[in-house]
Amino acid sequence: MKLLMIFISAAIVNNFVLTYFLGICPFLGVSRRLDTAVNMGFATTFVMTLTAAITWLIHKYILVAFNVPFLEYVTFIIAISSLVQFVEMFIRKMSPPLYRSLGIFLPLITTNCAILGLALFAVLREYTFLESIFFGVGAGVGFTIALVIMAGIREELEFADVPQSLQGAPMTLLVAGMLALAFMGFAGLLSV
Amino acid sequence: MAVSKSVLEEFTKGLWSENPVIKALLGLCPTLAVTNSALNGLSMGLATTFVLISSSTIVSIIKRVVPAQVRIPTFIVIIAGFVTVADIFLKAQFPPISKSLGPYVPLIVVNCLILGRSEIFASKHSVGMSIIDALGMGVGFSGTLVVLGSIREILGSGSLFNFKFLAESLFTPWVVMVLPAGAFLTLGFLIGMINFISSRKGSKGRAQP
Repeated sequence: MKLLMIFISAAIVNNFVLTYFLGICPFLGVSRRLDTAVNMGFATTFVMTLTAAITWLIHKYILVAFNVPFLEYVTFIIAISSLVQFVEMFIRKMSPPLYRSLGIFLPLITTNCAILGLALFAVLREYTFLESIFFGVGAGVGFTIALVIMAGIREELEFADVPQSLQGAPMTLLVAGMLALAFMGFAGLLSV
Repeated sequence: MAVSKSVLEEFTKGLWSENPVIKALLGLCPTLAVTNSALNGLSMGLATTFVLISSSTIVSIIKRVVPAQVRIPTFIVIIAGFVTVADIFLKAQFPPISKSLGPYVPLIVVNCLILGRSEIFASKHSVGMSIIDALGMGVGFSGTLVVLGSIREILGSGSLFNFKFLAESLFTPWVVMVLPAGAFLTLGFLIGMINFISSRKGSKGRAQP
């Protein structure tokens, strides 16, 4: 039950993009078309799940075991960037079609603050291994939801008559603000 | 003479014409997340400026030693090192600020602004120029954060730098401004307004011969 709560909390109630502002760069950059948004969402979810597992292990068996918690940021960022690199090589070998659709997004994921944020939050909240993984999947699903909704709105926005000074980034930010308002409606759903 | 002019240019471009937040939309995560008060915005801005200047200096010093293939990981590790320093310093000297910024201090590591300046500027220019560039960008970033934080704090809680100057009876705070949604809306309108002002200026400039 607790696992389910963590999942729903990360995916909807405390959506990473709309309440913690993590992963804003891809959120604004890759949300122009629906199909790329879906692919980016899947790639991020995949990396997030692996990151949650690996950083948990690193934290428990290296940082805490050798009493060097101040190396947390350095080790996490190295772990994440090498993980992304490995995933890229693995996908290229195993499934070329998948690589063609996800490939260009993978390098971008390294500097996605949502990934490092996820690892830090999981440590901060002292999740167990299984809880961390559910947290990672939930955060990824939440990111995908936000990205896909945003892409859907922006495709419609192409045909709207937006004042000249608000075109582009400002309008996207305003739409994101309204989305965040809408997601505030979920706030009372869970007490986590 | 030409040198001193270009130094000034490298510094001032970060303030306005290439302002990292308004014009380039870099480093938006901390910009939106911590600007619920002017003080938080200022401390985040200063922490980022410190990391930006230190890492730009180091990157510029070692630019000839690092092979091109591994430069991005190298830059990230340098940045992460300085972020750790900033984080420990804040925790030791200013515990309340460190607490209110929370996990957003470590997240300076993945602030695209810092990596961007290392890659675009510091790895190609001399140490002195890189410091000037980093200082300008840092001041521009901090300034934008303080402006955003002030707007949100005034509208959201009727105070500025924790000093309450609007009485509750006169002004009902717009709670939404300090919540996440307010951050997106404020930044959206701010950029829109700046676009509007600069387009007016531009058309005026064109009208004059």
